[in-house]
Amino acid sequence: MEENALNEMKALVRNYVTKEYIDDDDVTITNDTPLISSGYVDSFSMVSLLVFLENKFKIKIPPSKATPEAFDSVNSIVALVNQYLNK
Amino acid sequence: MSYTEKTRDLYQAQLAEIKSAGIFKEERFIHSAQAADIEVEFPTGSDLKKVINMCSNNYLGLSSHPDVIKAAHDGLGNRGYGMSSVRFICGTQDIHRELENRVTKFLGTEDTILFPSCMDANAGVFEAILTSEDIMISDRLVHASIIDGMRLCSAQHDTFKHSSMEHLEEKLLLHADKRLKLVITDGVFSMDGDTARLDEMVNLCEKYGAMLLVDDSHATGFIGKTGRGTHEFCNVFGKIDIITTTFGKALGGASGGCVSGRKEIVDMCRQKARPYLFSNTIAPVIVSGVLKVFDILSSSTERRDKLEKNAAYWRKGLTEAGFILKDGNTPIVPVMLFNAKLSQEFSKDLYNEGIYAIGFFFPVVPNGQARIRTQISAGHDISHLDKALSAFIKVGIKHGILGLTKDQIIEKYGQ
Repeated sequence: MEENALNEMKALVRNYVTKEYIDDDDVTITNDTPLISSGYVDSFSMVSLLVFLENKFKIKIPPSKATPEAFDSVNSIVALVNQYLNK
Repeated sequence: MSYTEKTRDLYQAQLAEIKSAGIFKEERFIHSAQAADIEVEFPTGSDLKKVINMCSNNYLGLSSHPDVIKAAHDGLGNRGYGMSSVRFICGTQDIHRELENRVTKFLGTEDTILFPSCMDANAGVFEAILTSEDIMISDRLVHASIIDGMRLCSAQHDTFKHSSMEHLEEKLLLHADKRLKLVITDGVFSMDGDTARLDEMVNLCEKYGAMLLVDDSHATGFIGKTGRGTHEFCNVFGKIDIITTTFGKALGGASGGCVSGRKEIVDMCRQKARPYLFSNTIAPVIVSGVLKVFDILSSSTERRDKLEKNAAYWRKGLTEAGFILKDGNTPIVPVMLFNAKLSQEFSKDLYNEGIYAIGFFFPVVPNGQARIRTQISAGHDISHLDKALSAFIKVGIKHGILGLTKDQIIEKYGQ
């Protein structure tokens, strides 16, 4: 995937995560920020992120792949999405 | 023997990690009955110290009420010590059903089932009534027992931002295709002391065909004009599908809890809720005590009225002294310190001044939200609150935080 497209995808995911999960205006999410292990996103809230990714990118992520580890940063989320985009 | 040195080393390393992170929990031994004035041994082995208890869930001051104690004694004499059985084999006495009926009437529901604790009620209810075709949508600050209960249930789950009705509505739309939708919230949130917007939640649930579950453990007995709970406070009495609550806080404080709500839901719990099916019945002595608590609550609102006045007095005193409090109108009054270490030192200094109040920090509360959580009781007199306030001010001056803003405290101590 081209770098520009990849960055665009990361920005899209980052914006969604910020809007959906971050209540504190002082907190800035980067592509590397740990989301679940740092407590910003609890594992129960992942379902809406999963639905967002599946709808936005027209993919189907199997439940077994939607793990807290795979969802722990914008970078890892985008890597997961790319696995299914290319299929 | 399978407990090897390697196993021991592994646990010791984990415990050392908890200690070095400063989150190792130590019990403080209380050598008296639960009350506003208690005698505490802390640290272990030290002389007993008389302190004012500012952190118990004894909201109505009934934990050591003489009438409740007498009723418990009578129950012990008339119905024995234990039942040695789960409810459905040979563990149900007449007084168990009597208590279920009293709770149903008090909460304005259709039926009630007792559990050994509200933790058990929350652990059992979701799995008993939902399947993988259904969705649970919970407030992000619900109690840990609800989170554990949801984990035991095969239904899908999602969350909404704390008390955000807009976000809840988005989630109800997102999951419109699910067979059953259950919205889940605490009535009063235990760490922040704020109240759920149940009136708006009832409207949203009606609009989108969802059921509503409220854990009212920090409300039953004292929130609302006659103490029925958050649903009374929000003018939606009789409209909540499922209420879970405890007898381990305001209602005598011993133990036990329940699921109270729609008849079919209670029946489903009686057939399928595992903590009900596989755990002992509540001891007769406790059932007898809780029945007396309901007698007391039904005869007068004096205690909840005093509690309301006490909480307002305490909140006003702290605010005027220059502390930052979480907004709210319940007896849970969190004094915000933001820094974890400061919260621990503040708690220690308070104890030295004769005030027992605990500091909470991440992961019990969100990162950077460390606090002293104070809990007011009808067992407190104004003299208790004045003494506690003087101690808070003295310790606040020592740490130089009175009158400071959140940013100023964070600048001084870090987050």
